[in-house]
Amino acid sequence: MDDLKSKYLGLIADAGDEAALEDLRVQAVGKKGEVSLKMRELGKMSPEERQVMGPKLNALKDEINSALSAKKSALADAALDERLRGEWLDVTLPGRPARQGTIHPVSQVTEEVTAIFADMGFAVAEGPQIEDDWHNFDALNIPPEHPARQEHDTFFMHRADGDNRPPHVLRTHTSPVQIRALQAQGAPIRVIAPGRVYRCDYDQTHTPMFHQVEGLAIDRDISMANLKWVLEEFCRAYFEVDKVELRFRASHFPFTEPSAEVDLRCSWQDGTLKVGEGDDWMEILGSGMVHPKVLAAGGIDPDQWQGFAFGLGIDRIAMLKYGIPDLRAFFDSDLRWLRHYGFASLDQPTLRGGLSR
Amino acid sequence: MKFTLSWLKDHLETEASLDEILYALTDLGLEVEGVENPAEALSTFTLAKVKSATQHPDADRLRVCVVDTDEGEKQIVCGAPNAREGITVVLAKPGDYVPGIDVTLSVGKIRGVESHGMMASMRELELGDDHDGIIELPSGTVGQKFADWLAENDPAKVDPVIEIAITPNRPDALGVHGVARDLAARGLGTLKPLKAEQVPGSFANPIPVTIADADGCHVFAGRLIKGVKNGPSPAWLQDRLRAIGLRPISALVDVTNFFTYDRNRPLHVFDAAKVESGLTVHRAKGGEELVALDDKTYALPEGAMVISADGKVESIAGIMGGLETGVTGDTTDVYLEAAVWNTLDIAAAGRALKINSDARYRNERGIDPAYNAQAIEDATRMILDLCGGEASEVITAGAAPVVDRAYKLDTDRVQSLVGMEIPAAEQRATLTALGFTLDGDMVTPPSWRPDVLGEADLVEEVARIASLTKLEGKPMARAQVGVPRPILTPMQKREGIARRTIAALGYNECVTYSFIDQAAAALFDGGDDATMLENPISSEMSHMRPSLLPGLLQAAARNQARGFMDLALFEVGPAFHGGEPGEQHLQASGILIGHTGPKDVHGARRAVDVYDAKADAEAALAAIGAPAKVQILRGAEGWWHPGRHGRICLGPKKVLGVFGELHPKVLAALDVKGPAVGFTLLLEEPPFPKKKSATRPALELRDLQAVERDFAFVVDADVEALTLVNAAAGADKALVEDVRVFDEFIGGSLGEGKKSLAITVRLQPTDKTLTEEQIEAVGAKIVDKVAKATGGTLRG
Repeated sequence: MDDLKSKYLGLIADAGDEAALEDLRVQAVGKKGEVSLKMRELGKMSPEERQVMGPKLNALKDEINSALSAKKSALADAALDERLRGEWLDVTLPGRPARQGTIHPVSQVTEEVTAIFADMGFAVAEGPQIEDDWHNFDALNIPPEHPARQEHDTFFMHRADGDNRPPHVLRTHTSPVQIRALQAQGAPIRVIAPGRVYRCDYDQTHTPMFHQVEGLAIDRDISMANLKWVLEEFCRAYFEVDKVELRFRASHFPFTEPSAEVDLRCSWQDGTLKVGEGDDWMEILGSGMVHPKVLAAGGIDPDQWQGFAFGLGIDRIAMLKYGIPDLRAFFDSDLRWLRHYGFASLDQPTLRGGLSR
Repeated sequence: MKFTLSWLKDHLETEASLDEILYALTDLGLEVEGVENPAEALSTFTLAKVKSATQHPDADRLRVCVVDTDEGEKQIVCGAPNAREGITVVLAKPGDYVPGIDVTLSVGKIRGVESHGMMASMRELELGDDHDGIIELPSGTVGQKFADWLAENDPAKVDPVIEIAITPNRPDALGVHGVARDLAARGLGTLKPLKAEQVPGSFANPIPVTIADADGCHVFAGRLIKGVKNGPSPAWLQDRLRAIGLRPISALVDVTNFFTYDRNRPLHVFDAAKVESGLTVHRAKGGEELVALDDKTYALPEGAMVISADGKVESIAGIMGGLETGVTGDTTDVYLEAAVWNTLDIAAAGRALKINSDARYRNERGIDPAYNAQAIEDATRMILDLCGGEASEVITAGAAPVVDRAYKLDTDRVQSLVGMEIPAAEQRATLTALGFTLDGDMVTPPSWRPDVLGEADLVEEVARIASLTKLEGKPMARAQVGVPRPILTPMQKREGIARRTIAALGYNECVTYSFIDQAAAALFDGGDDATMLENPISSEMSHMRPSLLPGLLQAAARNQARGFMDLALFEVGPAFHGGEPGEQHLQASGILIGHTGPKDVHGARRAVDVYDAKADAEAALAAIGAPAKVQILRGAEGWWHPGRHGRICLGPKKVLGVFGELHPKVLAALDVKGPAVGFTLLLEEPPFPKKKSATRPALELRDLQAVERDFAFVVDADVEALTLVNAAAGADKALVEDVRVFDEFIGGSLGEGKKSLAITVRLQPTDKTLTEEQIEAVGAKIVDKVAKATGGTLRG
């Protein structure tokens, strides 16, 4: 018995392939195999002998069967390993190329600004880019011949002969949206109005088209102190710092009164802007309390309502935050620039996840 | 607006430092744009005294001086001929930067003798051209700062020049006196009172004045001054004018420039001999020519206010005088003019003539009308002092306009509007200091403040003087309590989704100019006069873009020129179909040029084609929720390849977008190396879903297995796949779930003008498994329908 066991286990262990294993199976536990023949002999044995030999033979059979299946899977594994060894690929080859699209910084920053102001309850208002001069100027307390109007470097639209209306203009600021929003919605109101604006100016730091975002909040008791807080909160959130310091400086805009230029405390080190620290002040926007005449032009009773407005350069704050040096490059569509300064399509700015990566 | 510190101090009694003044100016709204402080460059130089000067042992022209300095005795080698014992000199020590020779000193050896610094000449300190010798000061003590000595003894040399930006509402700050008034109101000193001397005339004015067009000239005052000597003006006046960038011309002209800057009071002087017959103030007929004081000839616009003598225009009122009647060194009799003009006329004429003079700048912003009568007295006094002569009586035509108006001061308004606590008494004191007169609660602005036109202006003045820097932010409560509501409109959301979807498809977003050149606009059905700018910045930017494509194609051409041949660019923004407000619509356009990617080992690279553009257009439309069931029609505009484009439509009139290959002529005109494919989506066109609920319809999952069957049809080559697909789909609307084209084969054994289209039809049973007979029946119906719709036959 023990001879039989050691013989077959040895043979199974030495078997080189599945065919050899099958031969051994037939030899050992096949119908006419050695073990099977032994089992047939059980009938001829005495009951006592049978009681001893029966379990022994069964155990022997089981043991040979397990050895066979273990060897079989070992052979299969070895065969698979052998195949896989032959399937080696150079994985340092590049993957299949896929284009990477990008979002323009103007779009990205507009969404950042929108996300911040949305949280403070500001909706997004829009207006036409070709404006009539009433909305762009008169309604904003900039009457014809007012020096402020001349300082706007306005683009005028062509007028056909015989059309004696004053020429339309390309809006010189987003402020006409204040009037349109007031006319459409009345008060109270909180809106921002981002978009393209146009000035007839082109040099190192000016392009004839750029982007502004207007802010307008009108209610019964909104004060300039609220304006300062809103702008502080905005700057803190936008520049993603723990604190900011703003300085209001008296200035003049025809459509606000009082008016203030707003400076941001910052430092410049090796061309890098740090907000909220340092000894420099950088002018970032103009703002003020909406002029009573502007409220009236928007159909709002200035004795009942008051509030603030501000205007901010989107391209400018994009340049500041992301260290983009040249405004003119924004509109040049140089692929290298678009890839370098652009944003991934899924980089959607949110307050919960942060505005920038 | 430029002035010097000493000029300011003529009007302001103050102990404030330059830095305090600069800070206050900016904070008051008179933003400092620049300051040149000569004292800064001189700050290291101190006075010293030469104790002895002996001949250098090895050099004839050098002397070895022992100099008494604030740091003890120093040995200095000096080559100046005037270096001698006993003189007080200006010492530059090792480490000091000497501007005139652009050198930072160090201890040196000159011909073997150590020298610890230098004694400076005027030129070395950039204080003058004098280089004949070192500076010898008549006074001063050893160790005293040279800048301090100059401030005491020759202040013009260290007079800081301040330049401030003046907002259009503050004409009063275009004079040094007005600037001083603001600073005094802030508490930086005391405003010095103005002299108001009368200079009585000793004879009648012989030159009459007539105002013919009184709406353009409120008041015109003039007087003759006889027997003047018009030489150079005194040094102090020349120094001042030079410091602020004006060229001294002659005493008479310099006087007028002085008043322009000192009191925001432009004046004019005529050579009286040339206007003896009298002056007429009137509007130009248009076309009259005048050689002005800048030597240029101007054709006068119709309606411009002018001053004529003998029927000939001699001066452009309030803007610039004429050359012919201007004063010269030979002038002995001068006619002095002080007038108040209609600001709008000055602005209009100045703009038409494109003259930017100091006079125009002030007269169009508004000078103080109440000062007109005194101005002529003050200027006369100065002319008599500088040039001598004898003044006539003043002749006045018209009358200074009365600008009195009063507004109610509500001292609580500062708190409610600005959010600053300023005591009522302080508010009243501020307004008084600014020249406002208070009568109870009623406040009358001074005549020099045309900008103050309401109660809000009073609040602004009070807040401005108190300093907005002190304003503390105050939280603004949300308009609604709780979680913020969404604020974007469906259209705004759609724009954002379109943008990010197209970027996700691999396109780079561009922002191109809204205006393009006429030729490019014309290629896209634009470039007409309605969308033309009257004053474009260049011919490249003359018309509002009718489409985003030309700008993107031009961007592509620029990138191709830089060597980038595979491009995927897009833009989302407005296109303009007219020149009226609102005649703009929102587009999203993308273009693909070149290949899908760089050369790669997998052979994945291929040229982009119209089906790439189609897939991307459809993906973007799907993302913004456009209906899935659309028609693809031809017949789009001429900038598309006539055979390779499709309009994505809901019915023949509702176009959601177009995709296709760009017309080769368009590409050639825009210098784009094609072919190029692209799409334009009209984002406002797809209807918004009507549903209000976020709930989805229940999902119906069928347990029965779907069956797919393939069919290949031979059709004419011009049969469109969609016709075939729609026919197959219509064969059994209940059973046919989907029809897909999976192969197109043209020509070959099929013969000329034929093609094979292969489709997979997916049949989804609803109640029980399909039998082979049922499938056969549907198949027969499909073949039949396709044959009817396309004339196609099942491919054998």
